Amino acid sequence: MKYMTEFRDKELARGLAQRISSLLDGSASGGYTIMEVCGTHTMNIFRYGLKGLLPANLRLLSGPGCPVCVTPTSYIDQAITLAHVPGVIICTFGDMLKVPGSESSLERLALGNVKVVYSTADALSMAEANPDKKVVFLGVGFETTAPTIAASVLEADRKGLGNYFVLCSHKTMPQVMRSLVEDVGARCNVPLQGFICPAHVSTIIGSRPYEFLAREFGIPCVIAGFEPLDILHGIYMLLGQIVRGEARVEIQYSRVVRPEGNPRAQAVIEEVFEPCDAEWRGIGVVPMSGLGLRGRYQRFDAALHFSIPAPKTREPKGCLCGDMLRGVKTPPDCPLFGRACTPSHPVGPCMVSSEGTCAAWFKYQGESK
Amino acid sequence: MCLGVPMKVVEVDPAVGELGGLRCKINLSLLDSVSVGDYVIVHAGYAIEKLDEKVARKTLQFMSTLSRGGSRTAPTPGHDRI
Repeated sequence: MKYMTEFRDKELARGLAQRISSLLDGSASGGYTIMEVCGTHTMNIFRYGLKGLLPANLRLLSGPGCPVCVTPTSYIDQAITLAHVPGVIICTFGDMLKVPGSESSLERLALGNVKVVYSTADALSMAEANPDKKVVFLGVGFETTAPTIAASVLEADRKGLGNYFVLCSHKTMPQVMRSLVEDVGARCNVPLQGFICPAHVSTIIGSRPYEFLAREFGIPCVIAGFEPLDILHGIYMLLGQIVRGEARVEIQYSRVVRPEGNPRAQAVIEEVFEPCDAEWRGIGVVPMSGLGLRGRYQRFDAALHFSIPAPKTREPKGCLCGDMLRGVKTPPDCPLFGRACTPSHPVGPCMVSSEGTCAAWFKYQGESK
Repeated sequence: MCLGVPMKVVEVDPAVGELGGLRCKINLSLLDSVSVGDYVIVHAGYAIEKLDEKVARKTLQFMSTLSRGGSRTAPTPGHDRI
């Protein structure tokens, strides 16, 4: 068992898609709308051509689960300001480089002190190897990434590293899903009937934090893995609930996700971070949907240490990324899509990230419906 | 960004994971007990959870039955560990 190829079998995928179609054939409703919250699901739905297998009366909306896409312009501007401070080395996940700020992007600036790392461990090594420099890690990501960043802060604390900092913009999913349910309901006529919940965010937090969606809003949820068979199986389970009129949180990705999540990773997050309000690009400030450093770890906070002024930001004109992230528009609705905005010249963040809705549509649009 | 890959743990101290013949250092500090031979999901250099082989096999079996048209009302496997 390698846990990859086994879950990519074409014949099984076709069979599962047929089961999904027959499930909907027998129902009275005209159409179904569900949202895959996570960008990795969106990308794999396109990559494996799943849309083409699914019935026409099933509408899949992409959600705000792409950390790069929801990072506000002001954050990129702050990172760019920091990159110009003498003696600073910026360490970041590669996805962040192309994201446009108000005036430029980290990539366009082509500065020698901006380093792409795979892990916070690389950033820590960089800090240890360069005691005369200040290393700033761009702390972007959801609950999946938060414990790895928290662990790096604990490690820096243990080692007494005084030159390691994090520019925090961590976000948490359940809170934004609440705002989405309230927002989509209010602004758009599309009734959102179910959520495919993220695989690896849920690995950390478990299934319980989503229960309010079923309880308060009657919206069924299924935590699905990222492999194509997992996604199809998850959609089948979700539609099953919808057709039967149920609303529960189910775990499809049960080989990894437990209802209680990963308590050790949660404890590491809890030790280092505390909930705070956070700004989501296109959505605005969502109460308690972010993670900021707790008082005893604030000396690692890059924003405080460098006291960066809050920049005056400018959003790209005509860009509809905000609507994409809330699931109220799809890329073809945007006048910039595929014209002024392409992966090589992205205007908005949804075209930048490989997991962004616009990037996925652009790359695979020939195969989509 | 939340991508995670299943890797086989081939060494634990220091920890090394393997995927398709490639080996890399991994950090096991977010898990309680990991042994050589375990499979873990690795995200940004950290193992974030162990994979349960028994449950994975049950899921595949279930998908296979469902795909061929059976077990439409059977429960999804894995919930017995809840």
